[in-house]
Amino acid sequence: MSEATITAPSAGRSPGLSRISEAVIRIAGNSQDGIQAIGGFLARLAGRSEQEVMTFMTIPSTISGGPSIFQVRIGSGEVLSAGDDADVLMAFYQHSYENHVGSLKKGGIVLYDSDHVEPNPEWHKEYRHVGVPISSRTVEAIGGTAKDKGKNIFALGLVAKMFDLNVTKLTQLISERFSGKDTSVLNNALTAFHAGYGHSLENTLETFRFAESQKKDRPQVVMSGNEALAYGLIAAGVRFGAGYPITPWSDIMELLRRELPKYGGTFVQCEDEIASISMALGASYGGRVAVTGSSGPGISLKTEALGWAVMAEVPLVICDIQRGGPSTGMPTNVEQSDLNIAVFGGHGDSPRVVLAPANVEDCFYTAIEAVNIAREYSVPVLILSDQAIATRIEAFEEPNFEKVFQDISPDFSPVPDGKPYDLSVPDGITRHVPPGTFIQSGKYPIITGLEHDEAGHPTASPKLHLQMTAKRRKKLQALGSRWPTPRVHGPSEGNVLLVGWGSTQGPIKEAVDRARAAGDSVSSIHIRYINPLPPGLEDIFAGFNHVFVVELNDEGIYGHGQLAGLLRAKYCDPKIRSITKTDGLTFKVKEILGAVRNYLEAGVRKI
Amino acid sequence: MSSSLTDAPARAGDLTSVVLPASDRKPLSKKELAADQPTWCPGCGDFSVLALYFKLIEKRKLWHEKITTIAGIGCSSRFPYFVQAHGVHYIHGRALPFASGVSLSRPDLHVFVFGGDGDAFSIGGNHFNHTARKNIRMTYVVMDNWVYGLTKKQTSPTSPQGFKSKTDVGGAVDRPINPLKQAISAGATFVARTTHTNPNHVLQMMEAAMDHDGFSFVECLSECVEFYEGAFDASNPRKGGVFNTVPADHDVADEIAAYKLADAAFPGYFGILYKASCPTKNANEAKINAAAQEKVKGLKDWQILKQTFDRLK
Ligand SMILES: Cc1ncc(C[n+]2csc(CCOP(=O)(O)OP(=O)(O)O)c2C)c(N)n1
Ligand code: SF4
Ligand SMILES: [Mg+2]
Repeated sequence: MSEATITAPSAGRSPGLSRISEAVIRIAGNSQDGIQAIGGFLARLAGRSEQEVMTFMTIPSTISGGPSIFQVRIGSGEVLSAGDDADVLMAFYQHSYENHVGSLKKGGIVLYDSDHVEPNPEWHKEYRHVGVPISSRTVEAIGGTAKDKGKNIFALGLVAKMFDLNVTKLTQLISERFSGKDTSVLNNALTAFHAGYGHSLENTLETFRFAESQKKDRPQVVMSGNEALAYGLIAAGVRFGAGYPITPWSDIMELLRRELPKYGGTFVQCEDEIASISMALGASYGGRVAVTGSSGPGISLKTEALGWAVMAEVPLVICDIQRGGPSTGMPTNVEQSDLNIAVFGGHGDSPRVVLAPANVEDCFYTAIEAVNIAREYSVPVLILSDQAIATRIEAFEEPNFEKVFQDISPDFSPVPDGKPYDLSVPDGITRHVPPGTFIQSGKYPIITGLEHDEAGHPTASPKLHLQMTAKRRKKLQALGSRWPTPRVHGPSEGNVLLVGWGSTQGPIKEAVDRARAAGDSVSSIHIRYINPLPPGLEDIFAGFNHVFVVELNDEGIYGHGQLAGLLRAKYCDPKIRSITKTDGLTFKVKEILGAVRNYLEAGVRKI
Repeated sequence: MSSSLTDAPARAGDLTSVVLPASDRKPLSKKELAADQPTWCPGCGDFSVLALYFKLIEKRKLWHEKITTIAGIGCSSRFPYFVQAHGVHYIHGRALPFASGVSLSRPDLHVFVFGGDGDAFSIGGNHFNHTARKNIRMTYVVMDNWVYGLTKKQTSPTSPQGFKSKTDVGGAVDRPINPLKQAISAGATFVARTTHTNPNHVLQMMEAAMDHDGFSFVECLSECVEFYEGAFDASNPRKGGVFNTVPADHDVADEIAAYKLADAAFPGYFGILYKASCPTKNANEAKINAAAQEKVKGLKDWQILKQTFDRLK
């Protein structure tokens, strides 16, 4: 790509000022140093400046802190991933420096705290080193008592200077963030910021300036995927939820617990996972689609009740914020290894809907779509998000609130008669009459998990079990047939097709762009509708020699990842192969391209 | 719940006029309330609980559409199929959280939950404790037969030691739980005990339970004639037993006294052992909502979200 970056600035640079179109900044320190805050400010600023932004962070899974990073990629064009390698590394400690210098591009800049970091002379050749006594300057600026607390904001000032960021907007953000606290806290923060901003880097470093980005139609909002998902549920009209805390799902339940009351809704923290899904189902039965969710082991616990929802045909939205598994696994790492449980989890034939949002913005709209599908098809819908989208921050255009907000309050007007499981309805799509509804015939419905007749009464009739099983299946077949075929990114015919789902969309697209720029024939599709699958995939596959499904899970006993397994089962196409990994980290663009190369050149599967 | 956008479209063919005002409606009798023919064994205690539920509905002029009858799995939990009203047959042991979802989101409904001892105290034990302590408004009648009926005679958490079942051929080994003590210590705000052989008393207890503002729990001894015949004879005067009601001077608000009564050896006491007045979760949540909504007064739902998003720019 001919992108102007720090290591390759655009031509015609004036001395002391370089124009760049994007930058990847990695901040490495300890989690208690507030490095997440620096990243957060940068992301919010980018959002306000109509730039694209994507972040990536790691947090230690222990509470007491430990090494932590926050990476933010800001660009004037489309930002698809958090970036493989960084342009700038800000290192607070020796360990931050040593562990992360390798993530820098050659020629990248190490901005280090010279109070704590002893640079390695050998690395001077490869990277530009700029030392600033961040800790002592912060203490000097704020005045002794707070020790070096506030050095994150000092560092933010440095970055602001280095990238010629909008100081007015930044100080505004800082003021908003610290408003409501003791004024001395805000004053200290602003003092630290200005001290950092005023620290002269003139002799050592030129100033970089981002190219103007395209004007957006609407203002941008900046938030994490979990936030977007939760707010999407609210916009969709969900007013009841229940859950049990588990990382990374907890953010959603905390947010809903805080926000729903404003809308007249309730979120209940339950005694366990089973109670949570049961309570949500109770509320859904009450007439208004409710939400539950979880991660990892919590999803396993919910499967019996999920099966009931399928059998009883009660709508529900279930958020599965995937993390490393099985068992307690890797709570703060990303993995896409719940596809199988989402699609198949539970006993018996229990078709359900599974959607996977591709990025933060998509979380918002997927939530709305999930609610509407659940309602219309009386079916549980799983939203398969993951730790990476859940925690990363992106900027996206503010939704058109009036347009997206929907009223889904139940209709209690009397009905002449009600068969909850009417078999004569086309495609098997029926909807329950909620309790509270007067039924003129005097025949009231029973909603049940036993196999039943059309009125909901138990039956062991072979014929009815056949018919009802088909009913539950047919409605999803009808739904699937209405879904759009995914659009191919790149030409619709060629050598290699990459197939992705969920949070890998960005790196896959970027891999395609990079490969095509290098003259390789690579395209990609992204599958948002995991179950049922969208129509037309076989025609897309037919246009390529190789189909590689890129996903963050294990290749399994038979050599394919979970989506690949599903696609192979459906299309019986041996051309479908897998690129998988389970290191708990998002895909790097170079990992994807390397794996493709290994397949094509050496015929081996290796990342 | 707020519905700040347009009201939901009316269903085709407006039938609103077919619902008579409550004052003009005839109380529902067994004829309108009976649904499927119960599948219970002849003589099963559960029949009388069903008959008295019908009586309660008739006596208190409850309407089909305002009742939800919810159950888990078990012989007793088949209950909803036999009642002509909105009903749910959920999964084993989880009827309480399901009913909590109904109760918390639909304050206009009467939520009744029926189930067995295994459903309530074994697989559903955790939910029993938490629904009790949260004081979620509903009436819960456990038809305690001291055995697993539906699965054909295994030991239940209330089976007395020594009871010979298919899973304890030499007699039950583990100490049984005492549902009343458990309910009191879990924080239930209404705890009563009755037996299917005393219909008037069953009705009385169910009625008092229904009138209680909170989680009301009734343990109703209900004989399994198939797998535990005679279990409760000692409490049935017609079988030479004694039916002792809670002493007249018992203070139902006295938790310790209630606990002591609950601890009495079989046949123990029948009646309301404990009743406390304590805010329901329903009321507590409504309070939180009122306070939160006060702050966004006059705003449409979408405007509230817009306000939130303005802070995320
Ligand atoms: C998860 C699960 N485990 C086991 C069962 C099998 N099962 C059905 S009812 C029952 C016990 C019923 O006993 P109880 O609740 O006392 O009801 P009763 O039949 O005695 O009225 C069991 C173990 C089930 N349905 N679901
Ligand atoms: S098995 Fe027992 S509990 Fe079940 S219906 Fe028969 S008598 Fe009643
Ligand atoms: Mg029993």
